[in-house]
Amino acid sequence: MATPTGLRLPRYRQDPEDTHAPMDFAGYRSTKLRHPKQPLVLLPQMLTEVTGPLLGPGRLGEHDNDLTRQHSGEPQGQRIIVTGRLLDGGGRPIRDSLVEIWQANAGGRYRHTGDRWPSPLDPNFDGLGRALTDGDGRYEFTTIKPGAYPWKNHDNAWRPAHIHFSVFGAAFTQRLVTQMYFPDDPLFGQDPIFNSIPDEKARQRMISRFDLERTEEQWALAFQFDIVVRGREQSVFEDEEDED
Amino acid sequence: MGRLGTTPSQTVGPYLTIGLPWEDGPLVVPEGTAGAVWIRGTVFDGEGAPVPDALIETWQADPEGRFDHPDDPRGRGGSGFRGFGRCPTDEHGEYRIFTLLPGILPSGHGGDQARHIDVSVFARGMLNRVVTRIYFEDQDNSGDAVLASVPAERRATLVAAKTEAGYRFDVRLQGEGETVFFAV
Repeated sequence: MATPTGLRLPRYRQDPEDTHAPMDFAGYRSTKLRHPKQPLVLLPQMLTEVTGPLLGPGRLGEHDNDLTRQHSGEPQGQRIIVTGRLLDGGGRPIRDSLVEIWQANAGGRYRHTGDRWPSPLDPNFDGLGRALTDGDGRYEFTTIKPGAYPWKNHDNAWRPAHIHFSVFGAAFTQRLVTQMYFPDDPLFGQDPIFNSIPDEKARQRMISRFDLERTEEQWALAFQFDIVVRGREQSVFEDEEDED
Repeated sequence: MGRLGTTPSQTVGPYLTIGLPWEDGPLVVPEGTAGAVWIRGTVFDGEGAPVPDALIETWQADPEGRFDHPDDPRGRGGSGFRGFGRCPTDEHGEYRIFTLLPGILPSGHGGDQARHIDVSVFARGMLNRVVTRIYFEDQDNSGDAVLASVPAERRATLVAAKTEAGYRFDVRLQGEGETVFFAV
């Protein structure tokens, strides 16, 4: 049994400051009353932070990764296949890990009582999906391309089409919720949520790539979207072992 | 060896309840588990209004202070303890988590960590999660280095109050009594 001192823990690199949005991004009005004003306190990465939930097979139903087959009929809209890998910043695949998505239907309407956008609901589309990554960190969904929709953040505001993604990574430090966008969307320029990311290159990492190879003839377009969570530092103890 | 840039965080938006909650999400341990407690609380915004479109996620050790996880350097606990709780707030901004108190943990630097639960808060209007910790008012928190690193006048925001059914831990995102949030 190891002694309680000198635990050899992995460490996770901090992201560059401009990778994530400032919490008080004025362009996105709802941040105003919901961002902490006090400075964050540094939490050392200890046992609770370097571990995380292992949410595996028990979380999946039969058609959870095919949003077009969750009802007896097919949903309206353009069928798409979305594939990608879940990786850490060192390029290591995160395997057997739960990926969750949710999205609007082809008309840009969410199946949610709060969504009052009068685009029709689709009786054959819930907009909810789950998948597990495989041994290479790969996931795959079949779904419908979500539509853009208006919201009331600013004059004539429309959200670019997007799919919400939630991933856990391997540790509490790696937990991430993000949005996947589609290439060449004309709405990027006026969207404060997309543009809240200060670093242009980081922002581009939220845009999926059209994937001609994965399209299915006479059936579906395909988009590729890798998700990268924080990488590990080279740990002190690995250095020590090298010297041994 | 290339380093890959992290995918930026984005808000969960107002419709997070489509994709994130699970029926058994609030139950870290099955209902009826002996010794388990309810942790309940309300999420408030900067005007003191409850936040009805937030989600609380919790992560913690088992009662023996172990994690069933490959990166626990003491060896994987093997208890099968999920350790994870997830609950959206309701129309009153309230969440609830049913769990066993986590054990005391080694800090790795000498000394122990008091019993604690790590918390992520997601909500519409938040471009990234915020992270906090729950400690318990009826436990010995005196030797905890993380709690000690927090300005004394703000420490109480991290300590859940004992109630008849378990504990109460409110989250104030902003303003008076703002909860201490951590950078991890």
